[in-house]
Amino acid sequence: MARSGITFNPDRFRKDQWKFHTFLITFSIFMGLPIVFIFNHAFKPFTELFAYPPKFFVKNPTIDNFARLITYSSESGIPISRYIFNSVITTAAVIVASVLLSSLAAFALSKLEFKGKHTLNKINQFSLMFVPIAVMIPRFLVLINVGIYNTLFAHIIPLLAMPVGLFLVKQFMDTSVPNELLEAAKIDGAGNWRIYWSIALPLVKPALVTVAILAFQISWASTDGSNYFVDREALRTLPFYMNTVISQQGNIVVTAGIGAAAQLIMFIPNLIIFIIMQNKVMASMAHSGIK
Amino acid sequence: MNKPKTFKEKFVKLTQNPWFFVGPYAVLFILIIALPVIVAMGLSFTAFNTIQTPEFIGLKNFVDIFTGDAVFLQKAVSNTILFSVIVGPIGYMLAFFLAWMLAQVPHKARIIYAVIIYSPSITASIMMANVWRIVFSGDETGYLNNVLINWFGVDSPIQFLQDADYLFPIMILVSLWSSMGLGFLAMLAGILNIDRSLYEAAAIDGLKNRWQEIFYITIPSIKPQMLFGAVMAIIGTFNSAGLAQALAGGGTPPQYAGWLIVDHANDFGFTRFEMGYASAVTVILLVIVVLFNKIAYQLFGEKD
Repeated sequence: MARSGITFNPDRFRKDQWKFHTFLITFSIFMGLPIVFIFNHAFKPFTELFAYPPKFFVKNPTIDNFARLITYSSESGIPISRYIFNSVITTAAVIVASVLLSSLAAFALSKLEFKGKHTLNKINQFSLMFVPIAVMIPRFLVLINVGIYNTLFAHIIPLLAMPVGLFLVKQFMDTSVPNELLEAAKIDGAGNWRIYWSIALPLVKPALVTVAILAFQISWASTDGSNYFVDREALRTLPFYMNTVISQQGNIVVTAGIGAAAQLIMFIPNLIIFIIMQNKVMASMAHSGIK
Repeated sequence: MNKPKTFKEKFVKLTQNPWFFVGPYAVLFILIIALPVIVAMGLSFTAFNTIQTPEFIGLKNFVDIFTGDAVFLQKAVSNTILFSVIVGPIGYMLAFFLAWMLAQVPHKARIIYAVIIYSPSITASIMMANVWRIVFSGDETGYLNNVLINWFGVDSPIQFLQDADYLFPIMILVSLWSSMGLGFLAMLAGILNIDRSLYEAAAIDGLKNRWQEIFYITIPSIKPQMLFGAVMAIIGTFNSAGLAQALAGGGTPPQYAGWLIVDHANDFGFTRFEMGYASAVTVILLVIVVLFNKIAYQLFGEKD
């Protein structure tokens, strides 16, 4: 029997989709359960954290765990606001700088002609496979010699070269910015900067949003800067602070409650941003293929 | 052309040089990616304790690693290979399978599923390990033990996180759970952008079932996204360093369960400050990463 119709990417729900929904709902429950658990665990009072038998859902939600995260700082001498400040400033800088750097480079690699362009594209594609964690040690040895040790730049600089970001913007530019448009602008007397800023950038917004989200994800949760490139407490960031609070609790049950609260603080901004921007991310991922 | 006078004219002139655009990124790329790799290669031939100047010792580090380092040979290498061979391909196939399924349901439902499936990949941090530890806790207050004892008649709680036989599979499960990231989204976007007429034409040509549809249309159409997904899957597996320690509660995990090459390098680098030896381990790891990627390109890359 030939296929009765095209079921791919359907407009509305039909009965014959039931098996997909059954599987996807089951699977989503498996994937979502730990997250539901963090939400519940973060709001559990002491009595429920220690309850036997353990309960999955919270009964009397409190913000005790969050309070413990925040008030702990009074003992270490540096208020949590300082860590938050460091995190916000460095994350904002990472987002702006990595969007700018990758879009500048992507513009040249996609639309300008120069010697070595092909090689640079190959190098970047090759470095997609780069695993930062693998070269943490030599990176440490390089960075302590360039004068960013014990400055806020230690949280920013190591995150700025993002091969996957450059790659996504470049691929998007290849397909979404027509060369004819650039030629026409050139004939009208526009220089490279004008073409980049007024024509190319607006057309690749989805890719820029994706790079911004990736930069946020990496920077907001990064503890590498605080662990390796800074040894002054006042220069460390929020995730490092939260790890410290958690590790000093000593009791695994208390730890888990505060850990869940900390995890929520890390997770919620990411989730909200992704939900709002998901159509832009999907648009840019459509151009992500490696040829 | 006249000599530029104002700042604006100078700027316009400057930006006519393509290197104005590539330069800043290139400098950072060299500083934080290229140079560290070169430094690692250089130091791998030295003994270096971060205080005295590195002393050239030839291949001694590599000889020591391959002849005398029992933890590296028996644990780190086999764990890394086993871990990446399981988590890589399974996570990858699962990502494709889920992406394909999501393409078969309407838009609104798809977004909800996709957000749920994607969200663990942004949740995964070391902090999450604290929450996993309470789930797998070794006494009867552990959530999983509680379920096993009450519902499945298990006699006594299982020491999931202190038992090497359980720790490694748990680490794999946690990694798989959080592996539906960029690669998954890329494949989903790829499938949704396949030209519908391809499917219609194939239906007329007598394509019989969904399996044929997947193998003759879907996969060939999204090969570039499949390759991107494969590269992301490989990176993801190597990023699971430190997970075993975090799950076991810090320190070296029992019997080095889940101890990966990256952990070995960081242990020698940041705990023992034997930077030369650690660099040699790093170089070996980089070679392994490149090998895995070569395989991915062989499978999905376009042959010239």
